[in-house]
Amino acid sequence: MACNCGKEQTNLEKYLAPLKGIMKKYKKEEKYLIPILQESQDQYGYLPEEVLKEIASSLDLSLSQVYGVVTFYTQFHMEPRGKNIIRVCMGTACHVRGGTNVLQVIQDELGIESGETSPDLKFTLETVACIGACGLAPVIMINDDTHGRLTPEKIPAVLGQYLE
Amino acid sequence: MDHSIYRSHVLICTGTGCVSSGAKNIKVKLEDELARFSLNKEIKIIETGCHGFCEKGPIMIVYPEGVFYCQLEEEDVVTIVEEHLLKGRIVDGLLYKEPLTEESIPAYQDIDFYKKQERIVLENCGKVNPESIGEYIGLGGYEAAGKALTTMTPLEVIETVKQSGLRGRGGGGFLTGLKWQFTHTAKGDKKYVICNADEGDPGAFMDRSILEGDPHRVIEGMIIAAYAIGADEGYVYVRAEYPLAISRLEKAIEDAEELELLGQDLFGSGFNFKLNIKKGAGAFVCGEETALMASIEGKRGMPRPRPPYPSVKGLWGKPTNINNVETYANVPFVIKEGAAAFAAIGTADSKGTKVFALTGKINNTGLVEVPMGITLREIIFDIGGGLTDGKEFKAVQIGGPSGGCITEENLDLPIDYDSLKSIGAMMGSGGMVVMDEKTCMVDVARFFLNFTQNESCGKCTPCREGTKRMLEILNRICEGEAREGDLELLEALAHHIKDTALCGLGQTAPNPVLSTLEYFREEYEAHINEQKCPAGVCNALASSYQIDQAVCVGCGMCVKVCPVDAISGKPKESYDIDAELCISCGACADKCPVDAISQG
Repeated sequence: MACNCGKEQTNLEKYLAPLKGIMKKYKKEEKYLIPILQESQDQYGYLPEEVLKEIASSLDLSLSQVYGVVTFYTQFHMEPRGKNIIRVCMGTACHVRGGTNVLQVIQDELGIESGETSPDLKFTLETVACIGACGLAPVIMINDDTHGRLTPEKIPAVLGQYLE
Repeated sequence: MDHSIYRSHVLICTGTGCVSSGAKNIKVKLEDELARFSLNKEIKIIETGCHGFCEKGPIMIVYPEGVFYCQLEEEDVVTIVEEHLLKGRIVDGLLYKEPLTEESIPAYQDIDFYKKQERIVLENCGKVNPESIGEYIGLGGYEAAGKALTTMTPLEVIETVKQSGLRGRGGGGFLTGLKWQFTHTAKGDKKYVICNADEGDPGAFMDRSILEGDPHRVIEGMIIAAYAIGADEGYVYVRAEYPLAISRLEKAIEDAEELELLGQDLFGSGFNFKLNIKKGAGAFVCGEETALMASIEGKRGMPRPRPPYPSVKGLWGKPTNINNVETYANVPFVIKEGAAAFAAIGTADSKGTKVFALTGKINNTGLVEVPMGITLREIIFDIGGGLTDGKEFKAVQIGGPSGGCITEENLDLPIDYDSLKSIGAMMGSGGMVVMDEKTCMVDVARFFLNFTQNESCGKCTPCREGTKRMLEILNRICEGEAREGDLELLEALAHHIKDTALCGLGQTAPNPVLSTLEYFREEYEAHINEQKCPAGVCNALASSYQIDQAVCVGCGMCVKVCPVDAISGKPKESYDIDAELCISCGACADKCPVDAISQG
């Protein structure tokens, strides 16, 4: 975030430089709003206000319109996120095979609730409707890795893989 | 291109299921082992898509014998190479065992799970390398597109698809050929085809497996559809939660463009077609066609009233044809083999096959493709191998959050679109979750409603407010705080929402409640009148567990599994459960070898 020592403008420009690079790849059309948001979030880890303002003005959309899209889709976040994103599947198959217990144990292990990020920014914990790996229920995803056939006892070891 | 001849091919499944069970490590190990014995010029490793048998992953099949090895660990690879690949001896211990008979089955096609299946859509899944367009073409791929574009008129294509009786596999079951005809006749200078791969139903993963295992089949189906309706551009809308499916599809489109199977003047017919991928951003409602189009346009994915239907006014107001992944994947077969060949499979009004995702408390979870008209009993007991731990069958939930439950009495009903509807369930996307006596049906209904309530986009009041009120009632029932008249109110609300919600998501949201109320009303009543959860699931109502001291052998297994340390006692004597601490999870009762633990 920009500091307040009189160089805000230059700092902001520096901060937004990667975004400008992303914007260059797309034509200035509304249909590219979602891909731009997705790529920006990959770049910044989340979608800060400055980024949204810049996207809105360069696509010639109102900020409220962009905000509307960002808040509609669960994939988009306006708060900083953990280094590792844990998604606990709450789908039917996982539910029937004990997904709720798995979530409980992860919450206890990390000391955060679903939807929160650990204070050290190591983990963000979320629930998702279905990962689509029902054959392995109960399942969680950490970043792009799927971990299946979990039991509460296996959780500490799985989380441990992501702690250096 | 590799033209060498190998004496054996080893197929390793690299679908999402097997990868998360460690298939990548198996492959690396196999490469090392083959190199160690200098077999790499004789034996070829092929990474394939999903075999459907995710439960048993990682899976390896050795051809020409067709021997099926499952649940492999890295060290097993050494045994397979030394015994099977070097000496030709099948490794018995790594074969699949039928859950009921414990018999080892060496050959892929003899396993009960595969025997009763009939594979059209999944024909190549698990057989070809999904990242090789050459393998797809080698098995007759893109022949159907060539036939359609060079020897048939668009109307002839539409007529063939109509004759075949193919119906939409995404849930609605609308005649595909008729839908194409509407879009074909609609006036417009620009038309689109869209593939709906926003598979959001919890418990369904067939679209993911098709895209991961055989992406070219879907592309080919879309080319044929685009030709039939006169579209020159298409979109595949894929969930962002399916990264592997997206990357395989990207590769497939790239390869098809290179061979001019996508792009300008396909097959010299003068027909152009450009295909784009659009990644979803996490909204279940985007599986609804009008919401999906809004999302492609870059807007909030909210549905709008129909008519006008997308075939008349779709993406950016242009005539648009939307089908789901499985529907498009059926099209190449229909065109290549003819309408009659397709119509020969299935029942009077539902033709062809359907892919079901078999999950829940069943031995063989995975993807199965069966002819329409098969009975649930065949799917669950013959293919699925029955329930886990020999438990009693209670119900199967079909069609996800839009569907309903089917009980024992309807297990022998031949299933198709219409028979399912007649008993209050629906085909939906084909998710099938099997439940045993330890599943509480009120809790299941609450689970689905919680899901739809979370995913409600908020545009129309019946869905936004109505599902919330229904959920509140269900929460009260599960927590033992139900009021008089709650059941009646729940039913009345359900019918109102069904009649008045704007889109399919809202209109079908009450189905799981209505269906469980119809078949398991006594379970609801037990929660309300007796403050009891018969399945022992609803914690607030569950009574604590007790140990029968006379039976207890003091093995101490229960102590180890108790998550709240409620069990105390002396080893080799007997144990006791503190009713105050017990959360009634039942873990101890499941573990007890002498059945000494029961709910009081």
